[in-house]
Amino acid sequence: MTGSLDKLRDASLTKAIMAEIRRITTQPWNIMEICGGQTHAIMQYGLDQLLPKEITLIHGPGCPVCVTSLEAIEQALQIAARPDVIFTTFGDMLRVPGNQADLFTARSQGADVRVVYSPLDSLKFARENPEKQVVFFAIGFETTAPTIASTILSAEKAGIENFSILPANVLVPPAMRAILSNPVNRVQGFLAAGHVCAVMGYHEYPPIAEQYRIPIVATGFEPVDLAAGILMTVQQLESGQHEVTNAYPRFVTREGNQTAQRMIAQVFEPVDRQWRGIGAIPLSGLGLRADYAAFNALNRFELSQTALRESPLCIAGQVLSGVAKPHDCPAFAKDCSPLHPLGAPMVSSEGACAAYYRYHRISE
Amino acid sequence: MIQPEMPIMEGPNCPLPISERGHIVIGHGSGGQMTHDLVRDVFQKRLANTILNTANDAAAIPATPPGKRLVVSTDAHIVSPLFFAGGDIGRLAVCGTVNDVAMLGAEPRYLTATFILEEGFSIEELERIVDSFAEACREAGVELVAADTKVTEKGKSDKLFISTTGFGWVESALQIGGEQAKPGDAVIISGAVGNHGIAVAEARGNLGFSSQVCSDTAPLNHMVKALLDADLDVHVLRDPTRGGLATTLVEIVRQSQISIELDEENIPIDKPVRKTCELLGLDPLYLANEGKLIVILPAEQAPAALRVLRGQKYGEGACVIGRVYESSRNQLWLKTAFGTTRVLEMLAGEMLPRIC
Repeated sequence: MTGSLDKLRDASLTKAIMAEIRRITTQPWNIMEICGGQTHAIMQYGLDQLLPKEITLIHGPGCPVCVTSLEAIEQALQIAARPDVIFTTFGDMLRVPGNQADLFTARSQGADVRVVYSPLDSLKFARENPEKQVVFFAIGFETTAPTIASTILSAEKAGIENFSILPANVLVPPAMRAILSNPVNRVQGFLAAGHVCAVMGYHEYPPIAEQYRIPIVATGFEPVDLAAGILMTVQQLESGQHEVTNAYPRFVTREGNQTAQRMIAQVFEPVDRQWRGIGAIPLSGLGLRADYAAFNALNRFELSQTALRESPLCIAGQVLSGVAKPHDCPAFAKDCSPLHPLGAPMVSSEGACAAYYRYHRISE
Repeated sequence: MIQPEMPIMEGPNCPLPISERGHIVIGHGSGGQMTHDLVRDVFQKRLANTILNTANDAAAIPATPPGKRLVVSTDAHIVSPLFFAGGDIGRLAVCGTVNDVAMLGAEPRYLTATFILEEGFSIEELERIVDSFAEACREAGVELVAADTKVTEKGKSDKLFISTTGFGWVESALQIGGEQAKPGDAVIISGAVGNHGIAVAEARGNLGFSSQVCSDTAPLNHMVKALLDADLDVHVLRDPTRGGLATTLVEIVRQSQISIELDEENIPIDKPVRKTCELLGLDPLYLANEGKLIVILPAEQAPAALRVLRGQKYGEGACVIGRVYESSRNQLWLKTAFGTTRVLEMLAGEMLPRIC
């Protein structure tokens, strides 16, 4: 693994691709990398410093923690606080602020909140603690959905009744449409998220490329992958094309992982969903189908409605839709930091604000 | 006075106490016979020395020699689980404090320790930990001169906490500290970083696979002594424990009001650590170490320092990883293999694995 990784991080190859980008670029272009993992890789390796000044990278909404709605976090806090519940979640969610508290706070006040690497771990807790209700916070994009679906299918098969999920998964293509439909949109080309494409393929993208006349390139996460994705996007932009192409062929095929897709389709159906900072996007979430409604934590627990209050300073919505950069925010690195985040993009390792905070460069 | 009509009870009955137990009970903290027996059988047997053997309420230790100053450091050790690949809480409790004393250029001599035991904790495990504690004391060349045990009710602590205080002597003229880094200095690390953090995460069952990584827990005082004996003009010594290499260096740039540029390609990271970090989305520069030494000294002395370090048991992998330079910003910079640079900040809170 490390051997092939070294090749994908080869500085001279990356620089050679960057030189080709510089050679063919004749005018300014705005390209959005959708996935927060790509944003972090760009910042970590300083790839934006190697691009010609005409190319602006805009950071997309592809951070699962960042876009999870405030309402879902408030629901999570209420469920986690129940003494009969073991609340399980991916680690990143612990620090995301709700109205006032985060899951770390809930844990310090006695809630049984556990970090898991996979929902299958939650199912294990459910088996081991039959007297408890074990709830998994189902967040993420098309990447986490297959494992969650498979966990629900396992729970059903094994007759495990004390397991449920708080459904909050979201989908990438509706978000791309929402960004492109925004009247102040600046995005002229997309680097599609490689991990999502590995699951879903890229057969969903041609109608988007056609309708909005925008190139979409499935792109990976290593420096050479990212440089290649940017090059393929700029080539199209410079020649006036708007195709869907694949710069990540070692993991991505047009049709994707069909077993995973079937599992998602069996358990979930598209529903309207709130994206934090962005708003409601039609059919942009995954809800449980009627056959699996029993696994919906919202049907199990009586929850009270809470008023939802976002920080008035935070401009996460503009950052997530690519209209503003993190340092355009008046609170950036002042009132808002990874230790005291006002908005979710400052929390997650995939959030654009956290990436800027961690990797920001101030020229000396 | 036994009443003749009383039924005869089967099995052992009170009031004779059970003297052999496999676990800590509240009685071990009573200060009475049970405490005495525990101290004698578990601690004194393993840690005997002339000062500890006096068994008084306090220990009298020799005066600091002329021309030297007394250096003191104290540290509480809480680690879950107590045993991990490459170490345990006993070794950690000695090395952590010994290393803190050594970071001022001092020679650690004496330790005191408090063992806080939870009711129900296995005495066999305690014995293994005290064995390891004693072995680490021998390796570091320090003596435990005073100790205390306390027992908490079950649930009021977690198996075993150990707090240690270390005493050592340093040449009065020696000025080593985090505020002493100077422009033109080289930054050296004694070996690969991140191993302890991964080993403990694995022992907690957080990885879900075997990383083959061992903790680097080790006493660094002999290595420090070797450096000082070589007459090197050492400015800063620091062991990058919690928060890792990056957080420790950020502390130094702030204390010394300079900037440091690290060369990413030169920072030693073992392959299994790198792979595990890749998989989990962790950054090895922020993972804890318990047996690594940062040395900052004039660049022209770096080759000599490397020769000394590489001749030591825990310094084989020593290398130069960066340089100190004048700057008003007081930042830690990382130069990547791509020739690009970025700022490294302190670790914000707990390091959390990424989602996808």
